[in-house]
Amino acid sequence: MSQTHLNLWGYPIRYGQEKEIVTDVLVLGGGIAGCWAAIAAAKKGAKVVILEVAATIRSGAGGPGCDHWSSAITNNPCCTLTAEEWTEALDRSSGGYTNSVAMYITAREGYDTLMELEQMGAKVRDTEDEFKGAEFRDEKTKLLFAYDYTNKHTIRVWGTTFKPVLYKECKRLGIKVYDRVMATSLLTEDGRPGSMVIGATGVDVRTGEFVIARAKSTICCLGNDGREWSFSTEASGFGMRSANTAGGSALAWRAGAEYTLMEGPARGSAMEISSGVGAGRHGNTWFACTLVDANGKEIPWKDRDGNILKTVAQRYRPAPGQKFFLPAHFHSTLYDYIEPSTYGVEEMVAKGELTLPIYADLTNMPEDERRVIWGVMVGEESRSKVTLKYYTEAGFDPTKDMLEGYQVRMSGGDMIAATGRRIGRMVRAGGLVVDWDLKTTLDGLYAAGNSLFAHGAHPEAAATGKYAGRKAAENALQMTEVLKTDREQVEVEKRRVYGPTQREQGIEWKEFNQGINKVMQFYCGDPKEEKVMKLGLQLLDDISEEMAVNSFAADPHKLSRTLEVMDILTFSKIIMHACLARKASSELLGFRRWDYPEIDPEEWHKFITIKEKDGEVEVGEIPIGFWGDVKEKYEANCGL
Amino acid sequence: MSKENQQKIYISPNTPSPSRPVIIDTDICTGCNQCIEVCPRDIFMRSPVKGGPPQVVFPEECWYDGSCIFICPVEGAIKLNLPLMWRVPWKRKETGEHFWVNKNRD
Repeated sequence: MSQTHLNLWGYPIRYGQEKEIVTDVLVLGGGIAGCWAAIAAAKKGAKVVILEVAATIRSGAGGPGCDHWSSAITNNPCCTLTAEEWTEALDRSSGGYTNSVAMYITAREGYDTLMELEQMGAKVRDTEDEFKGAEFRDEKTKLLFAYDYTNKHTIRVWGTTFKPVLYKECKRLGIKVYDRVMATSLLTEDGRPGSMVIGATGVDVRTGEFVIARAKSTICCLGNDGREWSFSTEASGFGMRSANTAGGSALAWRAGAEYTLMEGPARGSAMEISSGVGAGRHGNTWFACTLVDANGKEIPWKDRDGNILKTVAQRYRPAPGQKFFLPAHFHSTLYDYIEPSTYGVEEMVAKGELTLPIYADLTNMPEDERRVIWGVMVGEESRSKVTLKYYTEAGFDPTKDMLEGYQVRMSGGDMIAATGRRIGRMVRAGGLVVDWDLKTTLDGLYAAGNSLFAHGAHPEAAATGKYAGRKAAENALQMTEVLKTDREQVEVEKRRVYGPTQREQGIEWKEFNQGINKVMQFYCGDPKEEKVMKLGLQLLDDISEEMAVNSFAADPHKLSRTLEVMDILTFSKIIMHACLARKASSELLGFRRWDYPEIDPEEWHKFITIKEKDGEVEVGEIPIGFWGDVKEKYEANCGL
Repeated sequence: MSKENQQKIYISPNTPSPSRPVIIDTDICTGCNQCIEVCPRDIFMRSPVKGGPPQVVFPEECWYDGSCIFICPVEGAIKLNLPLMWRVPWKRKETGEHFWVNKNRD
């Protein structure tokens, strides 16, 4: 290991050298959203370029796989629901803090998108008849369903096949893919933030070459933010918390784009050790696995009325009088939509009725449920296929063994680990504000996937990617020319990007990341307070100055990591400002303030927006439900 | 007075942690480098020797996605080595015995 630094860097060093690319539609990020956006734009006749920090064939959160495709409503022959009632359920379950533009687009187009994916060569149905006769299989279509077998809105899929076929389709359509290029800033018409976006800059993470990409339309598919609150390669490093993004959409903030919901709570608990995807559970990928305690006592599954469900089959059905339930990452605590689960676990443990630790027990599940959970769900979910391989090689046998369980759901949406430790809840994330063109508040800039506020998951990335792609292409095809870059804007960005390479030593990226974490945990932790957060902002400004004069990166790879941390710093400031702006506590947002303890007062039931204008942070608001009537708006704008 | 220990010890910094996300069997690795090209975190570097096995330069950045494992054309040439923090115990129902992944390190 210590020998490595004696060898010269394995790629040519090209710091400062420029490569210029010109195109119609520039897609930033080659993940699920980015690939679908590029494909849709290309099919509309636009010339398309993707800038991707990793390798598009497997990049992004959805690169390694996907176990289930939710929100498959319209045109799904087996689904009983309408796109409107699905979107309304998500809206009501979030108390209005949702993105109905993204959710409705997905409900309308998600299933068709999956069918297009199948045409590209992906496996989306039980073609090998491995589950013939299973209750979750539709014999006619061979589609397998997850969670709710009555309403069939979520399809079990072989997602490890997805990314490679998307990449192949990109190549087939003549899309130019530039792998190993990290987007670093947006270019604007007159070189100023707030003006029309005309492209982006990037840096090659292997050579350090500077990329100038000019385009008529740009689509931000850079994923969500992360690592502001905690980061450590040993504990919750890249391994778990990050959805495999580089800097997220931070470059859009610097160009003056508007964000909302950035005051939502921390993703995950600070500094906790994460168990990885190979732990037993009963939610999400593992729904509806039996859970047992240390003595093998089954933990009862209950419906929303507290009735104990006697059979496994009942766990996949809505309760009496309930039309449908919202599962997994859409988990609802509303009576209308709440899913069956193992409610009351905490009370049972406290009373001594259950003995910790808790295990996920596949051994007693019906055989086809066991095979579909362990073989298809765990086998095909992003990053879990390799887990399945090594657990199997190490001797794990789902017919004989029980995995220790984490993320056991308690009442009210919170979760505990097998060993009884509370580990927080899943909540909506903040991101870019968009309209019914999936255009941001900046002309020329569209957004899709996890860069959106209150984003969804894989199907939302695919459907919004497609939609934004065709919108961006429409816009591009109306323009006669690609605008020239402002040279001063490029020079300023080059100085920022190469700063860490200009010195022989200094502070490195991990220390900067953890310095940011310290500020967020200590000055923006719950419950929050005005003076404390303002001090936190000052400390973040200090870190900015420190980064500008002292950050050190010895090679292009470390340079890209340093630039990521600068983006994390940008997001931390956004979060701090957004938290200062919300002067009320909120149960819906998991937001608590010492100085404004009133919970969800009516006058604060709104989206707080935030952006940078003329060097100052500007706070605004938009009403809950600003998207209007989803059906009307979609049909007027979708361009289909 | 005892003789000085003959073993040669060198100055070296702490290694990053986790330090060994993958184990490469250098006997069967062909040096095709597909793992390097697919890695989402770009943790590998080519061998300075043509056809030699890849070097893991940034081990602690591994995302444990397994893309390198599944693209490798030679079964067993590269294996994932889950760090201790990620190993979840399981219990054999009949016997109550506990196991975990995995004593994989060579």
